[in-house]
Amino acid sequence: MDQLLNDFSPGLFFMQAIILLILILLMRKFAWKPILNSLQDREEGIQGALDAAEEAKKEMQNLKSDNERILNEARAERDGMLKEARQLKDNMIADAKSEAQAEADKIVAQAQATIASEKKAAIAELKNQVAGLSVEIAEKVVRNELANKDKQLELVESMLGEVTLN
Amino acid sequence: MKVFQRSLKYATIVLLMLTGSVVCASSGDEQHKSVGNPIDTKEEINAYIKHHLQDSHDFTFYTNGETGTHYGFPLPVILWDGGIKAFMSSKFHHGETVAESGGSYYKLYHGKVYKTDAAGTITLDDHHHPTNEKPLDFSITKSVVGMLFAGVLMLLLFSALARGYKKGPIPSGFARVLEPLVIYVRDEIAKPNIGEQKYRKYMGFLLTVFFFIWILNLLGLTPLGFNVTGNIAVTVCLALFTFFIVQFSGNKDYWKHIFWMPGVPIPMKIILMPIEVLGILTKPFSLLIRLFANITAGHFVVMSLIGLMILLKAQFGPVGSTGISLILTLFISVIEILVAFLQAFIFTMLSSLFIGMAVAEHDHH
Repeated sequence: MDQLLNDFSPGLFFMQAIILLILILLMRKFAWKPILNSLQDREEGIQGALDAAEEAKKEMQNLKSDNERILNEARAERDGMLKEARQLKDNMIADAKSEAQAEADKIVAQAQATIASEKKAAIAELKNQVAGLSVEIAEKVVRNELANKDKQLELVESMLGEVTLN
Repeated sequence: MKVFQRSLKYATIVLLMLTGSVVCASSGDEQHKSVGNPIDTKEEINAYIKHHLQDSHDFTFYTNGETGTHYGFPLPVILWDGGIKAFMSSKFHHGETVAESGGSYYKLYHGKVYKTDAAGTITLDDHHHPTNEKPLDFSITKSVVGMLFAGVLMLLLFSALARGYKKGPIPSGFARVLEPLVIYVRDEIAKPNIGEQKYRKYMGFLLTVFFFIWILNLLGLTPLGFNVTGNIAVTVCLALFTFFIVQFSGNKDYWKHIFWMPGVPIPMKIILMPIEVLGILTKPFSLLIRLFANITAGHFVVMSLIGLMILLKAQFGPVGSTGISLILTLFISVIEILVAFLQAFIFTMLSSLFIGMAVAEHDHH
């Protein structure tokens, strides 16, 4: 300790203090301040660039998901439209079918009615003709048989027996 | 071509750092073998080392022991003795003669300037300390030269780095080596200890002190024979800077924790007060002693190992003793290069730790 105190030089201490003080001030002004500022600027720049990249990435993601969503919507819409169209088509077909069926039924019914009336008319005519014929036959027979009374009766009887009126 | 020049420059620096001890050893070798009256006893080696560890008023590279000639150059001596007295240290003739300036007589005795009479009488007390009056010595001593050299070097290197940022955000050349060091001090020393918000104010001091100590530590490993950071006056000054910065940046909490420790019973507060007050002083004291002791010890060990070369010559022969000394010195020198960084780091680290303690915001217990 005694040695240390003896070695301590106040002059050197003073010089060191002055030099260090001046050095700190000079270094601060000419070196540390600009260096630290530049470093900070650079780091902030890098951070900013990174943030911007991240932001862009996020935006891209958003855009992508948006696109996906729109695409999905479009797809769903298309599907819906297709389905609707199909249904419409089915309905139309069904409607047409039933309409046609009804029409056909109507036609058939009309035809049947016509047939029935025609048949009726035909039968009536036939009956008229048969009646006429019968009258003619009867006239002929009567003319023929009037000569022979017995034969006349016999004939009438046989003919009547033959003619079975329906 | 430019790249070649640059790499050559780096190689020179690295070589200078690595071979410092070797050059030192070999120059010591020459010195001790070639002269008629070599330093060859334990006492002489011890005195030589002691002399080296002290500051000196001239810059001596080599002394021829036989003829007594010193090779080097003198440095200016500036004394305050009722007025400024300035003359070159060559007037002292390495302590052999009395220097006269403005009617007063001065003499060098063990590296220190004493006021004497015209005959240069130095009176010693019982402890072999001179009783002569000591004028205030503001000389440009070897240590001051070392500090100025380190300061100029720092200004040149780092202002170049600062200028480099004007050209672009990425520095080029040697600045690329310096930038990570600055970032290291900022991110590993200042920020974690002082805190993200407050560290900026102290960066000027921390960075300057870090590089100042580191460069001077490394300078001490070169064969130029600087021992600046191993000088007690220098480390006292460095530690005092830390001390004042800590005290002036201390906030209310800091002082409260010293004088009236919160969260402990009153008797404890009273007991803790003197301990904490003492702690204010022991913190910078530990700083100054640590740096001083580490660097002084490093120089002492390196020089002692070089001294082994002379002491072991009798047992192992000149080649053997030189080999042993060379290997040991090289080994220790490599460690000293690490220590040079480590001490600069520790000083800066602890300074920022103390500053961090002083400015810390406590969320109360």
